[in-house]
Amino acid sequence: MTFQLFVFYFFSAVTLLSAVAVVTVRNPVFSALFLILAFFSSAATWVLLEAEFLGVVLVLVYVGAVMVLFLFVIMMLDIQIDTLREGFIRYLPVGLIVAIAMAVELILVMKSGVFNRDIPEPAPLSVSNTEALGEILYTEYVFPFEIAAVILVVAIIAAIVLTHRRRTGVKKQDPSKQVRVRSEDRVRLVKMKSEERQ
Amino acid sequence: MDSVATFLNGFLPEGLTTLIVIMIKIVAILLPLILAVAYTTFAERKIIGYMQVRMGPNRVGPKGWLQPIADVVKLMFKEIISPTKASTVVFFIAPMLALAPALAVWSVIPFWDGGVLADVDAGLLLILAVTSLDVFGIILAGWASNSKYAILSSLRVGAQVVSYEIAMGFALVGVLMAAGSMNLSEIVRAQEGGIFSWFAWPLFGLLVVFFIAGVAETNRAPFDVAEGESEIVAGFHVEYSGMAFALFFLAEYASMILVSVLTALLFLGGWLSPFGHALDDVPVLGSVLGDGFHWLFIKSFFFLFCYLWFRATFPRYRYDQIMRLGWKILIPVTLVWIFAEGVAIAFGWKPWL
Repeated sequence: MTFQLFVFYFFSAVTLLSAVAVVTVRNPVFSALFLILAFFSSAATWVLLEAEFLGVVLVLVYVGAVMVLFLFVIMMLDIQIDTLREGFIRYLPVGLIVAIAMAVELILVMKSGVFNRDIPEPAPLSVSNTEALGEILYTEYVFPFEIAAVILVVAIIAAIVLTHRRRTGVKKQDPSKQVRVRSEDRVRLVKMKSEERQ
Repeated sequence: MDSVATFLNGFLPEGLTTLIVIMIKIVAILLPLILAVAYTTFAERKIIGYMQVRMGPNRVGPKGWLQPIADVVKLMFKEIISPTKASTVVFFIAPMLALAPALAVWSVIPFWDGGVLADVDAGLLLILAVTSLDVFGIILAGWASNSKYAILSSLRVGAQVVSYEIAMGFALVGVLMAAGSMNLSEIVRAQEGGIFSWFAWPLFGLLVVFFIAGVAETNRAPFDVAEGESEIVAGFHVEYSGMAFALFFLAEYASMILVSVLTALLFLGGWLSPFGHALDDVPVLGSVLGDGFHWLFIKSFFFLFCYLWFRATFPRYRYDQIMRLGWKILIPVTLVWIFAEGVAIAFGWKPWL
């Protein structure tokens, strides 16, 4: 077994085991942690496939940003595991049907020979992976890329519009006003005669 | 290094030799780093001391020089306490999660021309990705401590770090547009030619944004709401003691040094001399005035000093003001700057890109 193969099996095993752990452990925070581990080890597998850009971006976006927010929400919510597990028996038939249907479909796809092809030779790259991806993304696929960007912006605006409410009667600070305040606006100096000594 | 490799190759298999050479390099980077961390803490106490017209530590060893060693010994012999009902596994994993990324990033940092452990093409991206893992240590420490103060602090850190990462990323986009590469050595080489070809001048706004975001990312004053002594005691590490606490401390100072070195590499030409190659032929001083590690050291030291200077100077930001600064000021500034830079590159306006 070459070192490369050893690394591949190691990271694949970690990915699979942590993916199983995501759905089996009881504590939701531990599930999130195992999901992070799964992301991380699949990123390592991608790096092994010489797709280092994708691997790094997976860590940057999913682990560094998405999972932070995920953990954030899970920690703030007080999730009761008992109520989550309620009605396990009642939903079991439906769940079983879905699981069996998915398993059958997967087996059919696997057996159909779609995956039964030769391993493609990696295209010889004259430039680095990142550069090659950038070149193709900004020339050939520039329009799909821009459309994806526009859709994301629309999603951001929609999310802000949906959640942002203007509430009346809220005391808000306006930093520019705060900075522009002069002492004359707030302080009034009063000249008084000192009182007579008694 | 090569001679060591050939010597070892004489009686060891090749794979093992590579491994040993890499290990030696890692130790050669990490040992000075940890020493630098120790003396940064000493410098911090001394410098802030002088700024506040007091002496700072001056009892242990000559002029207090052994103070950091004494601190480490003290921390090592302290008992490590884990709170009851805390999630013990996560509680002890968290400090390691905070420290590991802070040390791993140093693998792609070039110290002089060719002096780098891993010359990765996507180096800048790798740094951004690995530093974004830092925050997990803090978040998990807060959660695992089973303490209200700690969890409040970790919520603050989570929101703050995610927000400032965006501004930091945009500042890096400006740098890689100017350099045309994400490899750190290439970025430094793109700034060759003396002080006026450094990126600090055409990208001055991005330099400022990058450093502010860096200060916020490392949770240092004036953005240290994560620790906020007056509000939440000590934040995410209230429940930690002994070496477990020391690991957080180490991670924080290692990231501080990292941000300083990165700013020097990306904007001030790293190991390049401010005189370019003009003074290389000066008889005795030629090697000092030419390129070399000492320039990177001086430049990073300036930014490290700024960290301490800020801490002694500015009062702590309020939490909503931190968010306002990040989202409403820093991000728009970087966006406008990147747009202007794109225009300048498209029209080929040298020397301003």
